[in-house]
Amino acid sequence: MSDAVPSALAPHEAVTPSDEPIRGASLGRYLATKALGAAISLLMVVVLGFFAFRILPGDPVLSMTRGRMVTPEEIARLRREFGLDQPLVVQFGRYLADLTRGDLGTSFFYNAPVSRLIAERAGSTLLLTGTAAVISIVLGLWLGQRAAWKRNSGFDKATTGLALVFWSVPTFWLGLLLLMAFGGPLPTGGMITPGLNATGFAYVVDVARHLVLPVAAMVAVTYAQYLMTMRSSMLEEMTADYLTTARAKGLNEDGVRTKHAVPNALLPTVTIIFMTLGHLIGGAITVETVFSWPGLGYLTYQALSAPDLPLLQGTFVVFSSIVVIMNFLADLVYRVLDPRLKAA
Amino acid sequence: MAESAVAQRRRERATESWREFASNRGGLIGLILLVIVVALALLAPVLVPLSTLDVTQVTAMPNEPPSGQHLLGTDPFGRDVLGTLLWGSRISLLVGFTATLMSMTIGTTVGMLAGHFGGWVQQVLLRVIDFFIVIPSLVLAITLSTVLERGVWTIIIAIGVTSWAGTARIVRSQTLTIESRPYVERATALGAGDGHLLWWHVLPSVMPLVLANTTLAVGSAIISESTLSFLGLGDPTVFSWGSMLKSALDTGSATAGFWWFVLPPGVAIVLVVLCFTLVGRALEAVVNPALRGR
Repeated sequence: MSDAVPSALAPHEAVTPSDEPIRGASLGRYLATKALGAAISLLMVVVLGFFAFRILPGDPVLSMTRGRMVTPEEIARLRREFGLDQPLVVQFGRYLADLTRGDLGTSFFYNAPVSRLIAERAGSTLLLTGTAAVISIVLGLWLGQRAAWKRNSGFDKATTGLALVFWSVPTFWLGLLLLMAFGGPLPTGGMITPGLNATGFAYVVDVARHLVLPVAAMVAVTYAQYLMTMRSSMLEEMTADYLTTARAKGLNEDGVRTKHAVPNALLPTVTIIFMTLGHLIGGAITVETVFSWPGLGYLTYQALSAPDLPLLQGTFVVFSSIVVIMNFLADLVYRVLDPRLKAA
Repeated sequence: MAESAVAQRRRERATESWREFASNRGGLIGLILLVIVVALALLAPVLVPLSTLDVTQVTAMPNEPPSGQHLLGTDPFGRDVLGTLLWGSRISLLVGFTATLMSMTIGTTVGMLAGHFGGWVQQVLLRVIDFFIVIPSLVLAITLSTVLERGVWTIIIAIGVTSWAGTARIVRSQTLTIESRPYVERATALGAGDGHLLWWHVLPSVMPLVLANTTLAVGSAIISESTLSFLGLGDPTVFSWGSMLKSALDTGSATAGFWWFVLPPGVAIVLVVLCFTLVGRALEAVVNPALRGR
């Protein structure tokens, strides 16, 4: 198993989200096309967020009250409360109007505005996924270029093999294993120790201790994709003529690798990084569930367990919008970084 | 009876492909293990009758450690872990295969249409593909399975509908490549219609690629199934590896150190997914010679 790019991650498939000819187009036109594409996707998210919860065969009110004793009167009251007795067009109009004001509806489990619930928890998810992303990217890229440079060596086979195994591991199971192995010395749930009114440095240490296990679970499962992309990108660069030139100049192997091959090989990985950042947030759902991390993922879990449809709809729209925007940024960054795409 | 030349050539090609596949040790090991797992899953009702896993009929204590009687101990309800694991494999494999079949069918159809037709059809299809590639599939699958009735089919639909876009993109670029070949031009010149071209020329050429991709996709469908079941979105009436892990979390088995209940479902998932990945990569190398030796 030497060169395993899980095929869905093969760089040439994923790097340019649309394989239309963009080379040579002016920057303005490129920006406009990509911005339009992102805007359409955002609109589709909003529309899907609405219709998924209303048009599908499942009746929202019935799925909300599943497994509980409810009278027909209560069902009728709930329908009125959610405006479900109105014609679909009216409902959709109201949903759009609310959305432009940043109103995502009212959670019935928490009896609070969905937008406030999401805003309160966004920070902790950002902390968790941000930390995991930085570690995962640095680790993956570093291992990837080393593995490619010593292609088919013991190091290459061991690192790519191990990464592939971790890639096959469901994140939540790894989380459970970490709970089992380190649950004693390290905290297993939440973000701060309850009752510990720490401030300043002590607070930071407490949060950091709570971060260790969830971050470890996320890093282990995600670093493989950066490793594989970097490795195959590096392999492609290694046959390039300019490396021979660099060697002819008298640079030693380490110099050739770090000064010439790595910077060029990094290019395709930048897009992958942006594209996967959004998905990382989605992956936070199970990790936050296992470790009761008070973020958006755990909120989603609570919303689907209740089930609390307004809340779930809110998290769906927010998660998906973040991912769409991240992808748009990926396109921009790629354009800025690759001078070959700039020249008209 | 004499074989026709065409049949003979086909057989030779098949033998050659098989030899190519079998030369990949990882792929071969993966295939053998998968055959064993599928056989065990099919034999589950014979090996472990469902009545022995009925909570009202079990005689063992909850969370018993492994013993001669219960090789992998018992779960929080006193059921034999090995038995539930075996039954769980049926759901994982069923959902893995069916959801992938669905995803591949959608992906191949959309990809071929987007590659074959130009104009607004292509524009619309490309936008839809892009959208489904971008959207976090787990989040969408969660949404679908929450709104629809709980059940195995809901899980299958939720995974199938959210995971086809990657295939569509690969198939589209392959379709573009094939349609630029002279023999397709010749067929068009002879009056072949859209349907004829797609069915007789494009489909056979994209199939090998799709098949290799399918094998890889089954693995990720199995992970998706276990994730959805773990979140409590699966069918509560059947055993699945994901729902076993959910009850491990809910009953605190992990923090209590009941390793015999936490380890096996996860090991089973990793093993099966890894086998599919190995077989898929070996198939990919057969289908796409450019990947060999890399």
